[in-house]
Amino acid sequence: MTLMNLATVLSSVELGVIYAIMSLGVFISFRTLNMPDLTVDGSFVLGAAVSAVLCTAGRPLAGIILALAAGALAGSVTALLHTKLKIQPILSGILTMLALYSINLKVMGNRANIPLLNQKTIFNLPEWMPGPDYAALIISLLLLFTVMILLYFFLKTKIGLVLRATGDNEQMVRALGVSTDLTKLIGLALANALVALSGALIAQYQSFADVGMGIGMVIIGLASVIIGEAIFGTSNLLRRLIAVILGSIVYRLAIAFALELGMPPTDLKLISAVIVCAALSMPTIKEQLSLLQQRYTAAVNNRGRPL
Amino acid sequence: MLKINMISKTFDRGSVNEKKALHQVSLSLDEGEFVTVIGGNGAGKSTLLNCISGVHPVDEGSIILDGTDITFSPEYKRSRLIGRVFQNPLLGTAFDMTIAENLAIAWARGKPHGLSPGITRPDKALFREQLALLGLDLEERINQKVKLLSGGQRQALTLLMATMGRPKLLLLDEHTASLDPAIAKKVLHLTRKFVSEEKLTTIMITHNMKAALEYGSRTIMMHEGQIILDLSGEERAEMTVERLVKYFESRSGVQLENDRLLLS
Repeated sequence: MTLMNLATVLSSVELGVIYAIMSLGVFISFRTLNMPDLTVDGSFVLGAAVSAVLCTAGRPLAGIILALAAGALAGSVTALLHTKLKIQPILSGILTMLALYSINLKVMGNRANIPLLNQKTIFNLPEWMPGPDYAALIISLLLLFTVMILLYFFLKTKIGLVLRATGDNEQMVRALGVSTDLTKLIGLALANALVALSGALIAQYQSFADVGMGIGMVIIGLASVIIGEAIFGTSNLLRRLIAVILGSIVYRLAIAFALELGMPPTDLKLISAVIVCAALSMPTIKEQLSLLQQRYTAAVNNRGRPL
Repeated sequence: MLKINMISKTFDRGSVNEKKALHQVSLSLDEGEFVTVIGGNGAGKSTLLNCISGVHPVDEGSIILDGTDITFSPEYKRSRLIGRVFQNPLLGTAFDMTIAENLAIAWARGKPHGLSPGITRPDKALFREQLALLGLDLEERINQKVKLLSGGQRQALTLLMATMGRPKLLLLDEHTASLDPAIAKKVLHLTRKFVSEEKLTTIMITHNMKAALEYGSRTIMMHEGQIILDLSGEERAEMTVERLVKYFESRSGVQLENDRLLLS
């Protein structure tokens, strides 16, 4: 790539790898459970906040693990709002996300951001790493790989199968003796645990946590999922997971490329929204176009005037 | 095996749309009994099944299955004892999962859902064996997604999933009504085969009066939320479709013009 130097590519890939964990979370809620879970914007920051606070206390690894638990808790709240209080899924997520804004500020000690400069993080912990250049990439790749393998095998277990069936056909899952309330709880807890893990890693990677860093995160995750599916396919489970990861990396590279070309960074969210809009509306647009073509051909053949 | 005591169900109570779907219905089934249910639209047939399976809570009365009072159990808990096949072939299976994965979920019914592998090698061999019973060559397609199957194939698969592990009760809600005649017949034959081989206690709703008399050992007719006829033994053996229709018309005061109800 002549337009992008190696450092830019490397940092885009690093970001893509870390955000891929978040995208896998979004994949679980949006694709596996078929639930539009907007908790993500809040749970991402929650993970970052927990991780940053523990970093300042000199415990980066504990920060990562606690972030996972905090994310799972946030997802559980959304699931319970939906399943037990019968609030629509999308609204349940928005409510949790809103509540998390205040909670995140509390976690961060009522500061809007926490800088982590000169703090120990998991990216500068190991001294045996082959030079600092690739340390972040190797560590995040290792983590991502572990998450993907565990997720793959989890979705193949007995409980994983009913989780996937819940998104396909809730009625069937209940008819086969499994509580869909429970499967949704497990699914959303898992999804948001991954999202929070990603947030925790991002905070340590870029050495700060900010209360606004989660805005639009769900759309970025969804964009990665859609890009991955479009480019790499959905034929089987392993392929789908790999597609999500590659989708996340492609998304980051595309963004970096656009920035190189001179796009102002403030336009990032707009671009993300447009990408997801375009991808989601593609089937409808295709259908409309072919309908239009059919009508045109019919009109020409009949020499009549279309209505 | 199943004891239904005076159950009633009214939908939208107190509104202009109030609909009395079931009115003090009682029904007892012995173990291994195969009951067919007929009746016009809105007679309460599906509501009866939905009340037994827990989709709708009943307003009054009780439901005892195999000695357990299930009147207030949630749907998913009852499903551990009850197998179901719906009219819509899309409702019985997870379309984006493979045949083997669907069977694995059915096979795990009522067992703890832990972190053990969803499908083991012996499981797969068992599933192939079971699929072969359907005679639809699905055993060759065990790793294909269910969305590639036709409605009839899906319904046969759902029937297999519903009867696997021998449920205490099998509920069939017009499970062949949306299939084309040839495959519908095939699914009905499979139903009879599974029910008689496993001696399953079964309730089957059908729009087809001929099938209602031909299959099973007992036939009940419903009208306006009540059971208006309960046929078994000799009385049932002597019953014909024509007499059944006449009986229905005289009891209900409704002329049957719907061909679907007679033959489909």
